[in-house]
Amino acid sequence: MFKFKHESLETNAGLLLVLTMLAISVGGLVEIAPLFMIDSTMEKVDGVRPYSPLEQRGRDIYTREGCYTCHSQMIRPFRDEQLRYGHYSLASESKYDHPFQWGSKRTGPDLARVGGKYSNEWHVQHLIKPTSVVPESVMPNYPWLQSTPLDYSDIGDRMRALRTTGVPYSANAEEYKANVEKFGEAVAKTLHIPDAQKNLIAQAQEGNYDSDRTSVSEMDALVAYLQVLGTMVDFRQYKPEDLVKYR
Amino acid sequence: MAATSNPATEQYNFDIVRKFAIMTLFWGVVGMFVGVYIASELAWPFLNFDSPYFSFGRFRPVHTGGVIFGFGGSALFATSYYVVQRTCQTRLFAPGLATFTFWGWQAVIVLAALSYVMGYSQGKEYAEMEWPIDLLIEVVWVAYLIVFVGTLMNRKQPHIYVANWFYLSFILATALLHTFNNIAIPVGLFTLKSYSLFAGPQDAMTQWWYGHNAVGFFLTAAFLGMMYYFVPKHAGRPVYSYRLSIVHFWALSFMYMWVGTHHLHWTAIPDWTSTLAATFSIMLLLPSWGGMINGIMTLSGAWDKLRTDPVMRFMIVALSFYGMSTFEGPLMSLKDVNALSHYTDWTVGHVHSGALGWVAMISFGSLYHMIPRLWNTQLYSERLVNAHFWLATIGVLLYITAMWISGIMQGLMWRAFDDFGNLQYSFVESVAAMHPFYAMRAIGGMFFLTGMIIMAYNCFMTIRQAQRAEQAAPAVAVASA
Repeated sequence: MFKFKHESLETNAGLLLVLTMLAISVGGLVEIAPLFMIDSTMEKVDGVRPYSPLEQRGRDIYTREGCYTCHSQMIRPFRDEQLRYGHYSLASESKYDHPFQWGSKRTGPDLARVGGKYSNEWHVQHLIKPTSVVPESVMPNYPWLQSTPLDYSDIGDRMRALRTTGVPYSANAEEYKANVEKFGEAVAKTLHIPDAQKNLIAQAQEGNYDSDRTSVSEMDALVAYLQVLGTMVDFRQYKPEDLVKYR
Repeated sequence: MAATSNPATEQYNFDIVRKFAIMTLFWGVVGMFVGVYIASELAWPFLNFDSPYFSFGRFRPVHTGGVIFGFGGSALFATSYYVVQRTCQTRLFAPGLATFTFWGWQAVIVLAALSYVMGYSQGKEYAEMEWPIDLLIEVVWVAYLIVFVGTLMNRKQPHIYVANWFYLSFILATALLHTFNNIAIPVGLFTLKSYSLFAGPQDAMTQWWYGHNAVGFFLTAAFLGMMYYFVPKHAGRPVYSYRLSIVHFWALSFMYMWVGTHHLHWTAIPDWTSTLAATFSIMLLLPSWGGMINGIMTLSGAWDKLRTDPVMRFMIVALSFYGMSTFEGPLMSLKDVNALSHYTDWTVGHVHSGALGWVAMISFGSLYHMIPRLWNTQLYSERLVNAHFWLATIGVLLYITAMWISGIMQGLMWRAFDDFGNLQYSFVESVAAMHPFYAMRAIGGMFFLTGMIIMAYNCFMTIRQAQRAEQAAPAVAVASA
C-alpha cells in the first residue's frame, strides 16, 4: 500500500513546485473570483456615472500626486463617520474607478463625499497653501497645480483605454444611444469620446473652478474631480434596508 | 596564510551574491533615508518645499519601493542565491541569467523611483510601478525562477533543504500576485500611464490580496527561508524541529493567501469575504508562531551566544519581533479592533514592527554572517555590530511606541462624542494632536538609519580589508617560497 511521506516532496523539486503552487492558489480563487461573477457586490442605485473628461483628468492628477497615501475615499458604516463624512460608501459608487482609491490611511480626512462641501475658491486656496485655511494642517502645498496648464491632448486616448476596461464611454453613435438611455442625454454627451476635448474645455469654462477662465489648469481638473466626489447618488431615494442587503 | 582562497569561494558562484549584498546595503541606506525624510515631512511640513518632486505623496512610494524591493528584494536575491548553492552543493544554474536578474532588478528599482518622482503611478499601494516596469519585473522574475529551480534540479544532495521551500514559495507567490494585480490597459504604447483593468471593489480585493501577500510571501515566507539557513548555521545547531518546519511551511503557504481582505473590513465589499479573512488571520497565528518557535528554540543549548555574539542577537530579536507582529496582526484583523485601528497610525506602526523588527533585523544578522564568508575574511568590527544592534533596537521601539499611541489616540478621537451626542473633535484637532508622535517617529527612524549607515561602513571596511589581504597574499607567498 502506498504510504505518503513528506520525503517524497523534499526529493522532487517539480512535485514541490506544483504542490506549493496549489497551496497558494486556493485562497485568492475562493475570495476574489466570485466577486467578478456575482451581482450581489453592486447595489442597484441611480445616478452613478463615469467621470466627465475634466473630472477624469482631475482623478489622474489625484493618483499622480499620491493623494491616496493620506486620504481615504471609503466611509464605513459607523455613527461617527456618518456624522463626520456622510452616508457610508457604496460599492457601486466606485464602479467606474480604475484604479480604486479607497485608501488605507487617514492622515487627512476621508474625501469620499467631499464634493459640494466647500466652495471652489476654498479648494483652490487650500490646495495652494493648506495652512491658509486650516492652520494646523500638515498637508503639502500644491502651488504648481494652478500654474500648470492641463494637458488634455490625449484625453481621447485616456477615455479609450478606460473604455477597454469597461467604462461606458461612447466611441460611436450606437454606444452614444445606449448611454442616452442609461444616463440621460445631458450625461451621455459628456461621455462621448469624439467630443472629449470640446466637453473638457466647456466644463472648465463653465465651472470656472480656479477663478481663471482664460486657460484650463490642472487646478480646474482636480477641483472638478473633488467637487463631484460622493455627489452622484441621491440617498433620499433609498431606505437603509435597500442598501444593507448587498453587504 | 598561504592558502588565501577558501574552497567555498571557488566552488560556488559568489560573484552574483556579492553584487546583491552590496546593493542591499546601498538600498537600505537610500530607502531608509527617504523613509526618515517623509516621516519628517509629516512632522515638519516645510520639508515638502512646495516642490512636486519632494512632496509626500510622490515620495512615499520611493520609500516603500526602495526598502521593500530595493533593500528587501536585493537581500532575498543575495541570500537565496547563497543558500540554494550551499545547501544543494552545486553552482548556480544559468549564471548569465542570474547576472541578468541583478541588472534587471536594479533597473526596476531605479526606474520605479524616478517614475514616481516624475508623477507616474498606478495609484495602488506597493504596486505603483507603471506597466513597462511591471513587464520588466515579470521578465526578471521568470529568470529568477529558472535560475532557482534549475539550481535545485542540479543539486548534489538528495533532499531539498527547508530554507529552499520557503524561497520557492515566495518566488511562485510573488509571480502570481504581481501578474494579477498589475493587469492594466496602457493609454498608449509610448506613454507610461495606464488604467487598472479592475474597478472599485474588485480592484480593492485584488490589490489587498496582493498587498497583504507582499507582506506574507515577499516579507515573511522568504525571510523565513533566510532564517532557516542562517540561524542554525550561525548558532551551529540543527533546526529545532523538522516536523514543525513541515507543518508550518504548508500551513503558512496555504493560509496567507486568504487573509488580504482584512485590510478592507467595514468597506463596500461583501461581509463574508471579510469574515473569512479574519478567521484565517486568527488561524495564521499558529503557523507564524510555529516558525518563530522553531527559530528561537534552535538556539537551545547555545543560549550563551546571545551574550557574546551581536550577530546572533540580531537574529533572535528579529524572531521576537516576528512573533510580536504576527500576534498583533491577527488582533488587528478582528473586526472590532480594526474599526478602531484602520486608517490610523497603528497600522503604520504594525507594518514597521514587522518590517524593521523582523525583516530588516534578520537581514542584518544574515548579512553579517554572510559577508565575511563571501569575501573570505573576518568582520571589520564586532563593536560596530553591537552599536548597530542597539541603535536599531531603540529605533524600532521608539517608532512603534509613537505609532501605537498616535494610532489609538486618533481612533479614539475620531469616534468620541460629547454629552449632546455631537462629535467631540474636529478632524484637524486629531492632526494637531499627532505632532509630538510624528516627531518621535522620525527620531526613531533616524536611530534606525544611523545603525544602517554604520553597518554599510562596517561592511565596506570588511570588504576593503579582504581585498588588501588578497593583494598582499601573493607577495607573502613569493617571499616565503
